[in-house]
Amino acid sequence: MTLNDYGDLNEMQLDALREIGNIGSGNAATALSQMLERPVNIAVPQITVLDYQTVTEKLGGPEELMIGLLLTISGDLTGMIMFLLQKEFANMILSDLVGDIGSFDEDDEMGCSAVMEVGNIMAASYINAIASLTGLRIELSPPSFCMDMVGAILSVPTIYYADISDKILFIEDEFNNTVDHAASHVLLIPEVDALQKMMTSLGLA
Amino acid sequence: MNKMIKVGISEFNIAKNGEVLVTYALGSCVGICLYDARTKVAGLAHIMLPSSEGFSVLGDQEGKFADTAIRGLLRLMAREGALQSRLTAKIAGGAQMFAGVSNSSLSNIGLRNVTAVKAELMKHRIPIVAEDTGKNYGRTQYFYSLDGKMTIKSAIKGEWHY
Repeated sequence: MTLNDYGDLNEMQLDALREIGNIGSGNAATALSQMLERPVNIAVPQITVLDYQTVTEKLGGPEELMIGLLLTISGDLTGMIMFLLQKEFANMILSDLVGDIGSFDEDDEMGCSAVMEVGNIMAASYINAIASLTGLRIELSPPSFCMDMVGAILSVPTIYYADISDKILFIEDEFNNTVDHAASHVLLIPEVDALQKMMTSLGLA
Repeated sequence: MNKMIKVGISEFNIAKNGEVLVTYALGSCVGICLYDARTKVAGLAHIMLPSSEGFSVLGDQEGKFADTAIRGLLRLMAREGALQSRLTAKIAGGAQMFAGVSNSSLSNIGLRNVTAVKAELMKHRIPIVAEDTGKNYGRTQYFYSLDGKMTIKSAIKGEWHY
């Protein structure tokens, strides 16, 4: 079977992606938990093939202020990983890691680099899980940071994949900290070619 | 409060009789506002990509590209009595949301969108009278059919009027 569009994925392949998301985010949560020295919960990942409008509504509307971390994936797999963090989540990271109990703002260089470092480590553990599961060689770029309206942040992957499909495949995980109820999402956005390779290496193509 | 008409990503629409057009959270996309001061017919298109060249554009994808969206919007406005030779344009968006992304097709898409929109407007001989483009932040754009004013709102930097 050849994949041309995200909508072509069958139930079994979606299950496989869900499992990949599960293992990836499990690894990332462990990494986060070790860094913060406290428990981090993750919800069962949602795998959805959605259009931009629906995703932004799900995340609180296009004008919701969020922090976005973007990392591109290259090597055998191509695509991107995006972390979307609530500001509270960034505050939590900062107070745990650097003891800064103030509020996070984008001009805070130390805060930005701490958040980026956390994103980097989480993304690496996510990608490592996928690499060892599929046997593919995957490289990760350093993260790029943006704090703005979630609609504007999400327009970046949406535009990038607009020539492939009107829909985006989001493998969405929700990380939660029981104490502060700060949620964050990680979106794995593979290119269609990459999906095909993942499915082939898992014997599901 | 005048009626608010929402324009989503890859969509375009018109407003008249004091109605207000709004498009939320422009990132690298560009919002194009066109106005005929005589008939007070206003139009707004929220485009994602510079050109439809190489794509087979289906009906509902007309609003995705700068060239097809502007043509579509002009058609709608003409139907309401707007005259193309009287139109003026105000544009916003085309930001680079993520600095330092190495992937070049990703890093300059905002700029390419703005360039394509300007070229397309020039082709239709529509002058650009106000512009708030580039930089690194998202914008919500309001366009008032009452007087052709444009308001830009940013999540962190406040708002401006054009």
